[in-house]
Amino acid sequence: MSDKRYDYVIVGNSTAAVAAVESLRTQDMEGTLAVISREPQAAYCAPLITYVLAGKIPEEQLAYRPADFYERMKVETLLGAEVTELRPEAHEVVLADGTTIGYGKLLLATGGTPIVPPLPGVDLAGVYTFTRYEDMCRVREYLEHRQVNEAVVVGGGMIGVKTAEALVKLGIKTTIVELLDRVLAQALDEKGSVAARRALADGGVRVVTSTGATGLGGSEVGVVGVQLDSGETLPAQLVIMAIGVRPNTTLAQAAGCAVKRGVIVNDHMQTSLPDVYAAGDVAEGYDVLLGESRPVAIWPSAYLQGQVAGANMAGSDTAYEGSVAMNSIQICGLPTISVGLTNAAPGDEVLESTSANGRDYRRIVIRDGKIVGAIFVGDIDRAGIITGLIRDAIDVSDFKHKLIGRDLGMLSLPKDYRLHQVMGPGIEV
Amino acid sequence: MKRIYAKEEHCIGCRLCEIYCILEHSGHQTLVKAFADEENRPEPACRVEEDGALSFALQCRHCEDAPCVAACIAGAMTRDPATGVVSHDKDKCVGCWSCVMMCPFGGIHIDIEKGKVVSKCDLCGGEDAPACVAHCPNEALIYE
Amino acid sequence: MPLSLIPAEFEIRRNPDLCIKCGVCTRQCSFSGQNINPDDGSISSDDNSCVGCQRCVTLCPTHALQVVQRPEQGRRHAIWTTATRAGIAKQAETGGMLLTGMGADKPFPVYWDRMFLNASQVTNPSIDPLREPMELRTYLGSKPNQVEFDEQGRPVTAMPPQLRLELPVMFSAMSFGSISLSTAMSMARAAAESGTYFNTGEGGLHASLRQYGANAIVQVASGRFGVTPDYLANSAAVEIKIGQGAKPGIGGHLPGEKVSAEVSATRMIPQGADAISPAPHHDIYSIEDLKQLIWALKESTNYTKPISVKIAAVHNIVPIASGAVRAGADIVAIDGIRGGTGAAPTMIRDNVGIPIEFALAAVDAQLRKEGIRHQASLVAAGGFRNSADIMKAIALGADAVYLGSSALVALGCHMCQKCYTGKCTWGIATQDPYLTKRLNPEIGVKRLKNLLRAWSLEMKEMLGGMGMNSIDSLRGNREMLRGIEMSAQELEILGVSPAGR
Repeated sequence: MSDKRYDYVIVGNSTAAVAAVESLRTQDMEGTLAVISREPQAAYCAPLITYVLAGKIPEEQLAYRPADFYERMKVETLLGAEVTELRPEAHEVVLADGTTIGYGKLLLATGGTPIVPPLPGVDLAGVYTFTRYEDMCRVREYLEHRQVNEAVVVGGGMIGVKTAEALVKLGIKTTIVELLDRVLAQALDEKGSVAARRALADGGVRVVTSTGATGLGGSEVGVVGVQLDSGETLPAQLVIMAIGVRPNTTLAQAAGCAVKRGVIVNDHMQTSLPDVYAAGDVAEGYDVLLGESRPVAIWPSAYLQGQVAGANMAGSDTAYEGSVAMNSIQICGLPTISVGLTNAAPGDEVLESTSANGRDYRRIVIRDGKIVGAIFVGDIDRAGIITGLIRDAIDVSDFKHKLIGRDLGMLSLPKDYRLHQVMGPGIEV
Repeated sequence: MKRIYAKEEHCIGCRLCEIYCILEHSGHQTLVKAFADEENRPEPACRVEEDGALSFALQCRHCEDAPCVAACIAGAMTRDPATGVVSHDKDKCVGCWSCVMMCPFGGIHIDIEKGKVVSKCDLCGGEDAPACVAHCPNEALIYE
Repeated sequence: MPLSLIPAEFEIRRNPDLCIKCGVCTRQCSFSGQNINPDDGSISSDDNSCVGCQRCVTLCPTHALQVVQRPEQGRRHAIWTTATRAGIAKQAETGGMLLTGMGADKPFPVYWDRMFLNASQVTNPSIDPLREPMELRTYLGSKPNQVEFDEQGRPVTAMPPQLRLELPVMFSAMSFGSISLSTAMSMARAAAESGTYFNTGEGGLHASLRQYGANAIVQVASGRFGVTPDYLANSAAVEIKIGQGAKPGIGGHLPGEKVSAEVSATRMIPQGADAISPAPHHDIYSIEDLKQLIWALKESTNYTKPISVKIAAVHNIVPIASGAVRAGADIVAIDGIRGGTGAAPTMIRDNVGIPIEFALAAVDAQLRKEGIRHQASLVAAGGFRNSADIMKAIALGADAVYLGSSALVALGCHMCQKCYTGKCTWGIATQDPYLTKRLNPEIGVKRLKNLLRAWSLEMKEMLGGMGMNSIDSLRGNREMLRGIEMSAQELEILGVSPAGR
């Protein structure tokens, strides 16, 4: 017998977990529900830690949901408690202190772990990853104790860029070191990357591309510099490792759950283990455009997967539509949105438009008449209309040229589809 | 839940919906005062799209599974499960534009300078007909 | 271009304290009278372009606007008024006829206003329509000379085809082309839902109105637009249009710009081509010719539908009407000089024809005298403004009336008389899709039904007041009328005693 038992147990406490709680509770207000998380605080907006670090928003604003959320949702929280083992046969999880928690249905929403490359010197003081609240606290504390004039961010992806922007805001000379030939290469095409790089430069962030970090130099007080494969050494009293995140699958894997890069789930977010679901960055969601399952570590997908998992755990029959990779990021004041496959393959049709002042840029990638990717830089107004066309796989052959103009609107769409949208009940499952 | 539906065959492009949306969210009692207070004049959440004879007013659809709620990284966009109203908390908004990326209607209006979503339909509370519907002179907006 | 001497008719007054520069007025004006400067959002008005339609005034959310008729300009002259001089200036500049729309706007005497209805006092108690049934139902069509019954008291006489009206009011002929489809739709649906009839005018029946055929009086006019076997079959009655009160003796001319794809399909003429209705029917030069067409239509509708003949009230209306009845017309519709139009030369509209009151009274009297009044129903048309006008017309001998202008006013018409421009800001007399949207038929239907309902209530109240419980008791009952401010001869023609007698 487990020490405690709940009808529903959710491991993790970020967006997928919160979404699962919300959708589960729309169907079942009675079943007992516990959220177990290694992190001690209530669900927070992890992407906003760069905003807090930069002093743009107060720390209280990190809260993802109102203070009474768990109470209202009748959730028992076991926060600051790490799950060390999953026993699928016994339908229980074991906490670090040995307590066993039984479950009726279990959701693994354990997210991802930042990848730390095995470089010499990564263990030095002043070398951090930057994805969690505790990371931000550590960096903040570090900055209080050590004079940091220069920082290096290794990795020019979303986290790297936003962290670099925050550090510059704190008056630290910051350099992004990116192995590829451009920043935000996953999200943006070359022109988009150029615009992003220009925005970073305007914002005071230095960017070094096509360059790898080979090691970190340090002294007794901590890191002092980053050695690059160019032979150059960048002085840095603070280094942020932001080369990516990998699904946190340890628990599932140890329990015998089918795992590839992430935990394998079906369209109901069920894993190979009975009554065990997975959602969010830990899971391999179905990628609509690629037609295969892969971890798509983005916030909206995590939420939607959590929602589907929660609904199914509560007994309904809901399928996940699949993910479309997308990102919206404002880089030093320049909004950028990318959706889907933005780098064209041979045979794809590409439509582009650039505003007279060169600031606003739009790109649409069309494959077999349907949009598979889009980029908006600067003027991002109503970009979601394109996202909708991608998601609904609408053939845009007849009106594609209306889609890259500044006057993009529902008017740009064919009447039938427009009426379907405008007269319909909004987006449904 | 009740929703606003735009009948494009009846929209005359007068934009009174936008004007009364501004009044409703201005905190003023009269249009004259609401428009005189330029500094605090809200942006309309209801927008008319127009191309020649074709026009219609569009505002947030208050989707059941609102993608903007899913996308919001700041917890600013929420849907009240009881009323179905999707609302936006300006104080929490950090201007990441994830909602803009997700909304298939383009129903979220932003101000990049201010770094915030500046207007999004709140159904004027949702009980009575919203201001745009109540003041549409040609019943091109209906609430049902 | 030389200086135009046409003076502005209206003054657009904008209260700057109330104007919020929302631009609604600029979007509503189709005559370029209100304009917004895209650079700074400022709004300017142009009195010279304003037609006084009141669209901007009505839509302005802060009531900042007023559009008023300018006072007489220059030195006052009772004969050479500003309007008179403006007409001359217009013609001096264009060399064309003065055109106008709607009914005559000259201060003609309205004889309805010189007649008063009776009411019961003491000896013949009035009836309360809230307590007693009150009958407005009216049948239009030829009635048999006599009705015979079998032993059980059941009528055995075959009854000619009749139109059954729940109130003695119908919508008069307005063609799709002169009016928008939403206007036609509003009238068709209101007629169907109120138990009465609308009239296609000479523009054919649009496909979307086909479902209202049971309430349609379909016109066959000199242009024969849209006349097909199905058009005739899918109707309640067929009306031969000989003339129109606003423009007796002349034909019609729908300019090519108004012949949209839909109008073209309905009229069966090329898109963009002018639709010319000849002044006469080229196959009708005598009562005998008229008779041929009447009977041809009866034959082609298998004697199942009443055939109406619509004629303008002109000097010899009495023999013409009598001839039409003798030629087989089941209904004779007479349109007086105050009748409306989508387009007519101003001089014709305001100077040709006679008032409906005289035409109606004279025709009714003559048909009685000839003993053929029962052979046809009389429908009066031309400027009926309210339920009292209708009651008086019925007392003067009408079986029912046609409403044109008042129906359009119910739909939003403000009588700017610019129907002929095709730019009607109220979406009524236009085919411009940007403007036609302004009349939502859902709203139009409600407004028209309300109007008919309201007038029914008033008519019942007036009937009850006269101690009658059926509109039949009032028909031709001139005892219920008294006249004022009329000469002995006018009273005699109307068949009405002076007040006090």
